[in-house]
Amino acid sequence: MIEFQQVTKRYDSDHTALRQVNFSLSRGELTFLTGHSGAGKSTLLKLIMLMERPTAGKIVIGGQLLNTLPRRQIPYLRRHIGVVFQNHQLLFDRTVFANVAMPLEVMGTPARDIGRRVRAALDKVGLLSKEKMNPMQLSGGEQQRVGIARAVVNKPPVLLADEPTGNLDPDLSADIMRLFEQFSQVGVTVLIASHDISLINAMGRRTLTLEQGRLVAGAAHGH
Amino acid sequence: MATDPLLRRPKPARAVGRKAPLLPEAAGIYLAHHRQVAKDSAQRLWRAPLASLMTWLVMGVALALPVGLLLVLSSVQGVSAGWDSSARITVYLADQVTLEQARRLRADVAARANIQEVVLVDRDTALQEFRTGSGLDEALAYLDENPLPHSLLVTPDESARTAAAVELLADSLGAMGEAARVQIDLDWLQRLSAITRLLERVVWVLALLLGGAVILVIGNTIRLAIENRRDEILVAKLVGGTDGFVRRPFLYTGLWYGLGGGLVALLLLGLALWWLSGPVERLADLYRSQFELSGLGLEGVLALLGCAMLLGWLGAWLAVKRHLDAIEPGVPAGSG
Ligand SMILES: Nc1ncnc2c1ncn2[C@@H]1O[C@H](COP(=O)(O)OP(=O)(O)O)[C@@H](O)[C@H]1O
Ligand SMILES: [Mg+2]
Repeated sequence: MIEFQQVTKRYDSDHTALRQVNFSLSRGELTFLTGHSGAGKSTLLKLIMLMERPTAGKIVIGGQLLNTLPRRQIPYLRRHIGVVFQNHQLLFDRTVFANVAMPLEVMGTPARDIGRRVRAALDKVGLLSKEKMNPMQLSGGEQQRVGIARAVVNKPPVLLADEPTGNLDPDLSADIMRLFEQFSQVGVTVLIASHDISLINAMGRRTLTLEQGRLVAGAAHGH
Repeated sequence: MATDPLLRRPKPARAVGRKAPLLPEAAGIYLAHHRQVAKDSAQRLWRAPLASLMTWLVMGVALALPVGLLLVLSSVQGVSAGWDSSARITVYLADQVTLEQARRLRADVAARANIQEVVLVDRDTALQEFRTGSGLDEALAYLDENPLPHSLLVTPDESARTAAAVELLADSLGAMGEAARVQIDLDWLQRLSAITRLLERVVWVLALLLGGAVILVIGNTIRLAIENRRDEILVAKLVGGTDGFVRRPFLYTGLWYGLGGGLVALLLLGLALWWLSGPVERLADLYRSQFELSGLGLEGVLALLGCAMLLGWLGAWLAVKRHLDAIEPGVPAGSG
């Protein structure tokens, strides 16, 4: 589902964020991406989202070679990739419902389907009762779950998370991880960037480890 | 897995729904979306009435000014055009010319080439007209004798109505022994129409400049709106909103600004017209002219609103091109 071949990303002429990274993830696989701060985790996720373009190498997502994807096609790629960020990027000028509905509205989903699917997603993360609230009224963990509901509301085959548990206490983090596991069980390919080693170890999943832009562990399939 | 076809959805039309809905349904959804965005952006303007009103007023003044001037000019031109088509030469005959002679002369002149019509106004008729027209009835009653001569009203052929041809004709008419004086009715009108033509150009230049200013004002207003909704734009792009999708609300905002500005302009023009109509009527009466300030008419109103909306849309489009396309979800937080 996600394949990196000799991917290098250089931001400036002398600053290389990723060096010749090779790996591939299958459908329904849940994988961690770890490494110190500045190791290149976010960069790797941004390449998948086409928020950045690789300097060299090939990236293939769901059979689509990203290198040659024209700019105006990028939105259609992004509709198949759900993303969750540490600071969740929720909009505080609208309700929880409206936040979660955004990916559907962007796709031109009919209104009657939007209501049904948004509630299904909120139900999944256990926030159905808070749909009419403003995200500002929610706790950190709840906000993060709204972000997850928004990422999965259009049932994307790929789900990316960048430090999704960064601000949360261990219990809440474990909750969030359980959610990600559930998605991978229904066939979603999940890639979670995190430097929370203890959490990653507790999950016992395949882990890609980056060190100064180089993939030093987890490239081979299995763990 | 590398050939998983899941993501291969290159056509926007297919990306509308997972089931690839029938075209009519997709079109219906698209239209409903447009309606929704149009409504939302209108409501946003209503929610900030003061700021919106300022923009509308600025735009209204900038539009009303050139349109108002053009209206005045075209009214003036209407007067001269009315005269133009009846460009006439009046030949006042000498006092001693009898009515019989005058009749013969009329026939002679009418038989000439380049003459469309010649009307003889005998002195009695002339006095009668003067009496009723001037309001000097009583004063004229003191005259024992009609001071007016017979006169011929000569209308040249349409082909001979150029300034030069009319002048030539007037000269030759004046050379007749019976003619005392020749008057070309066109003289001052030609000057007037030359002036209005010049003024018209000036007003068009003014209109262009003000149109440009309107575009810039709207563009700047939209730029601020874009800045205010930056987060929303970022999220929309992140979850797969196309450029068209994120631009749409701002383009509609531009349209609404344009419509509001156009309506304000109409209001201002209406007020100005109403305020000026009294004095203009009196002035026109004094000159016994048909001059009246004409309004825009339905077509004019629609054209003005259309232009205003186009200007608003253009301003929004420029702002969107410059400022919105540059907003890209670049740095997602959470680099740690
Ligand atoms: N937009 C950018 N421009 C220049 N350098 C960047 C940019 N984004 C990240 N970097 C650099 O690339 C390296 C990897 O960054 P990042 O991918 O954010 O790492 P991580 O998420 O693992 O902390 C860092 O050294 C960072 O400074
Ligand atoms: Mg990071």
